[in-house]
Amino acid sequence: MTSVSDDRHATATLSLPRTMVDQVMAHARRDHPDECCGIISAKDGAASRVFEMENAERSPTGFSFGTDSLKVYRAMDDDDEEPWIVYHSHTATEAYPSRTDVKWSATAGFPYWLLVSTRSDEDEVRAFTIEGTEITEVELIVT
Amino acid sequence: MAIEVRIPTILRTYTGGEKAVEAKGDTLQGLIDDLDSRHAGIKGRLITDEGKLHRFVNVYVNDEDVRFLGSLETPLKDGDNVTVLPAVAGG
Repeated sequence: MTSVSDDRHATATLSLPRTMVDQVMAHARRDHPDECCGIISAKDGAASRVFEMENAERSPTGFSFGTDSLKVYRAMDDDDEEPWIVYHSHTATEAYPSRTDVKWSATAGFPYWLLVSTRSDEDEVRAFTIEGTEITEVELIVT
Repeated sequence: MAIEVRIPTILRTYTGGEKAVEAKGDTLQGLIDDLDSRHAGIKGRLITDEGKLHRFVNVYVNDEDVRFLGSLETPLKDGDNVTVLPAVAGG
């Protein structure tokens, strides 16, 4: 099915190396039962680095970037990297953006939201764009 | 007096794509007013209609969060550096 909004997205797929997806999932498992959060930066349109961030909320139901933000954003700026993907985990629900995620998405400044879930032993990793209140899943290609 | 202001990607539409711009002000409020005079509209992304710093941004003066320094009344001097970052959160 095609909708008008699809035209706004540069790509309907998102490619990430296996090592990065594994690192994000490992971070989520390590911080469980609290949510984890972090950034995957991009350089020249491709994934560059994973920055595991402190979850200042230390909460099973929410996250916010902590005091390490400044250092991480500066590191990206210094290397001409862009904030590309914000990732976080859900610990009891599916890997799908929550209402709170939607509320913050407009000002957070990330083209993509990567969600993982640690609700079971099975890895769940999904990627989305959020525009206004519209959530669109993008196909995650793990290379 | 010139103060360097680092601008996050999401607000660079206001600065013609520049990562850092210069502005003047004795306080953070003054600096933001000056910034808005050169980059119209950016103030609305930093300060609410009620005149408070938006909760969707974090502002640092010399790497200190201004919420612990005096918020918009934080005094500034020549050579200070100001960094604006998006506040990132979710649930």
